[in-house]
Amino acid sequence: MYQKDRLNNEITILQKIKNLDYILIISVALLSIISLFVMYSTDGGEVLFHTKNHFIKLAVFFPLMIFVAFFNIKFWHNFSYIIYLLIILLLVWVSFFGIKSSGSQRWMDVYLFVLQPSELMKVAIILCLAKYYHRLKIENVNSFTSIIFVLSLITIPIIFVISQPDLGTSILIALSGLIILWLGGVKFKYFMYSFITFLISLPFIISFLKPYQKLRILTFLDPDRDPLGAGYQIIQSKIAIGSGGLDGKGFLKGTQSYLDFLPEKHTDFIFTLFSEEFGFIGSVGLLILYSIIIFRIVRIGSISRSNFARLFCFGYAFAIFIYIVVNLSMVLGLLPIVGSPLPILSYGGSSMLATMIGFGIVLSAKINHKQIIA
Amino acid sequence: MIKSNSGIRKTDVINRRMFIIGAAKVIIFAGIVARLFSLQINENKKYLTLSDKNRIREWKLPPTRGNIVDYFGNIIAGNLKVYQLHIIPEQVENFNYLLLRLKNLLDLSEKKITKIKKLKSELKPWDSIIVSENLTWSQFVKINNYLYDLVGVKPVMTISRNYPFKDVYTHVLGYVSQPNEEEILANETVQERFVPGMKIGKLGLEKRLENHLIGTNAIQRYEVNAYGKRINQLEHQKGKQGSKIRLTVDTEVQKACGELLKGKAGSISVMDIYTGDIIAMYSSPSYDPNLFLFGISQDEWQLIRNNPLKPLINKTLSGLYSPGSTIKPIVALSALENNVIDTKFKVKCTGKIELYGQTFHCWKEKGHGWVSLKNAMKQSCDTYFYEVARLLGVDRLNITAEKFGLGKKVLGEYFENEKKGLFPSTKWKKNNLDRGWVLGETLITGIGQGYIQSTPLQLCMMTAQIANGGYAIKPKIVVDNNPMTLEEAKISMLGGELHGSDKKLFKNKKNIKIVQEAIFSSTNERFGTSYRSRIDDPKYQFAGKTGTAQVKRISKRERELDLELEQIPYKDRDHALYVAYGPYINPRYALSIIVEHGGSGSKAAAPIAKKLFKLIIDRHELRKKQSNFEEISI
Repeated sequence: MYQKDRLNNEITILQKIKNLDYILIISVALLSIISLFVMYSTDGGEVLFHTKNHFIKLAVFFPLMIFVAFFNIKFWHNFSYIIYLLIILLLVWVSFFGIKSSGSQRWMDVYLFVLQPSELMKVAIILCLAKYYHRLKIENVNSFTSIIFVLSLITIPIIFVISQPDLGTSILIALSGLIILWLGGVKFKYFMYSFITFLISLPFIISFLKPYQKLRILTFLDPDRDPLGAGYQIIQSKIAIGSGGLDGKGFLKGTQSYLDFLPEKHTDFIFTLFSEEFGFIGSVGLLILYSIIIFRIVRIGSISRSNFARLFCFGYAFAIFIYIVVNLSMVLGLLPIVGSPLPILSYGGSSMLATMIGFGIVLSAKINHKQIIA
Repeated sequence: MIKSNSGIRKTDVINRRMFIIGAAKVIIFAGIVARLFSLQINENKKYLTLSDKNRIREWKLPPTRGNIVDYFGNIIAGNLKVYQLHIIPEQVENFNYLLLRLKNLLDLSEKKITKIKKLKSELKPWDSIIVSENLTWSQFVKINNYLYDLVGVKPVMTISRNYPFKDVYTHVLGYVSQPNEEEILANETVQERFVPGMKIGKLGLEKRLENHLIGTNAIQRYEVNAYGKRINQLEHQKGKQGSKIRLTVDTEVQKACGELLKGKAGSISVMDIYTGDIIAMYSSPSYDPNLFLFGISQDEWQLIRNNPLKPLINKTLSGLYSPGSTIKPIVALSALENNVIDTKFKVKCTGKIELYGQTFHCWKEKGHGWVSLKNAMKQSCDTYFYEVARLLGVDRLNITAEKFGLGKKVLGEYFENEKKGLFPSTKWKKNNLDRGWVLGETLITGIGQGYIQSTPLQLCMMTAQIANGGYAIKPKIVVDNNPMTLEEAKISMLGGELHGSDKKLFKNKKNIKIVQEAIFSSTNERFGTSYRSRIDDPKYQFAGKTGTAQVKRISKRERELDLELEQIPYKDRDHALYVAYGPYINPRYALSIIVEHGGSGSKAAAPIAKKLFKLIIDRHELRKKQSNFEEISI
């Protein structure tokens, strides 16, 4: 038995390829192809800037996902903390020397593209906490010091991200971290207490929000209060989606996006364009594709022998789910507008890089699902 | 083993908690699908409408004005294709270069260039700038030849008002031009249909019948983007041309009037004595209304405005003149009707009569001797009519004159600039001048001088109502839905007699006859004032009365000098008048002619009637065939 395990540790390249999760890879590939078509549509049915760049990023990052998969899951376990610290350093660097754009400072130039370290943190926080809970004794999970320590791990990057300012990514980092807390076994009542505390302190928090953030919340509650100003995006987005109907207006025929009524159609509002052109059927199809991906990740987690891989997969599956829910709720007018991209579909290198690395680690967990990590 | 146990326990915790999350995920995704369903399936229609409202924008185009035609269907105000030049700034590569090219090609002024530059800065880059509203064909061809070099220039064909007979109908039709804000707000229909570049009636029938002529806008639907730029044309909804208006006028007669008054200031009106149809209504001099369509140049405008013959005044309707001797038939009729005189009544004319220390002169210094009504009318003896007026009194004369249409508007509401004139009475003077009537004023009223003021059209109508046997007519210039034939008109008049309605203007039909015969003698018997202008052929034979209206009081010295017309300054010369009707047997048409400062009526005005009557009578047969040729909706 021990021998078998030992053998498993040294599986051949061929076996590694065999062990890859092809349903996940095909689903991600399918999503990538869809994203190219949608990007082509945002460019008005021509191969222009966004389509080209999106293609290049896919061409680089998709192989990167496979590349990442070939590292043993143990490697990711061993380097989790270092990766976390590295990205904290990047966040610090960005807060001093980052590129400024439309009022926030969150990017750094890495020659190939502009990197947004906060996007990478969304994956790194899961990696880091998965390792922490993997190593933590179950008896100590609910100890005061451990909870405080974990919360600090989550809070430190958030402080940097929120000061960029970037509320959307902060929330996603927080949720990604908290889910590991939950999975790790932190008592339900603690979540209840903090949720109640959160609700009570909500007015206080709101008073700390920037004026434009307050406006977003007000606009969410009543988009018609300023239809051409703050409410414009959400109204136009709902019009686009609603007018899509059952089977959509057809590929390249989305008038709302084609005629520039949609704001940010390449990035946060990409689903709006997709939904306008492909309708209810297309939208549900896309959701099913995402669901397959999430389900596959959960499944890989549940067959993993190590709790690290398990925690990472479950956590990452939830993170993907949360990205989708936050993004869709936003464009459907169910949540206030917070900047959050839709995985793979939205234009943006950092988000895609982080997502692909995440998928890569999940695939690594699949290849090495029998790996035991001490 | 303990460690492994802890690991297994931990795995259990993770799995359990994952299961809870899994359930939550399903519920949340279901919620999102439900939201999608409600937006895309339940509220699809609402959002589809909103999406269309977003992307579809309507552009109204100027409506096409209805044509105005004469009695014979000839277009007298129509529409013409015009060639325009537009620039679309966003398509222009080098704006200054383009302007330079256009300046050379079209001879644009420096002022125009500055104006275009100003427009460019005011408009959105995709809104077109109109460089020239009306290119000549050769300019249009030139532009098309160089089009390859003029990027961003668009030659456009559009429709514009056109008056093919130029100055012939100006005072009837008026003209159209760009309205100002007040004019748009003044008319609800215009306000509703107005689009930039549209022209509306500014004067005359074009203004009065605006709501009939205007037509409805064509509508173009465009797909626009979020910034309002047009992307695609979706559909084109045709507008309806405005109603066609048919007038009672005859272009041939109208044109002849214009030629007869060429170089003179004056007016000619011709009227059907039974139906009241206005055959011609010309005020001279006139001007070309086409000049106003695209904005008249300052030079041309000054030329029209400063012309001493005053082309801007519609003399037929707003010119007020003393009727002079043309009033004498009414004076005679009034005296007969009131039994003041009869045909045997005679007055001795010595050239002047003295009354209350004032001397009243007859035009003939030597006098006419003993004259009866017929002779007095024939030779237009003033002394006779002084005496008749004295016996009659101004108030009785006023009643008859007003019955025949003096002192009242003839066409009513059709022309804003029509004046109602004045026929004085003792009451009028008391109320308006706060002075008592003086008998001397009655005398000069009897020869059509003094306070009395009339428009040429009033004199024409007065004559028509004497000619038709003394029945009231309602003059009109627009053919209505059921134009009356002669028979119908006559029956209606006789019907009026039977039912004692106000159509009958006389008490005793014999009196009308007496006056008609007196007028006839004035033209067709020796010593008649217009004997030289007579036509012997009974087909064209007409009866008329001359008039000479003094512009200023003639001093004793001037009377003694007895100057020739040419020796008197233009401004001081008498107005020449003539009213007539014909043919004498079975009369059908009446006319009035006035030549401002033309001298005497017999020399300046009556000869015009001679030339005109032949044409009018010749056109009569054609006109008879023409009636009721189509339905007109007004």
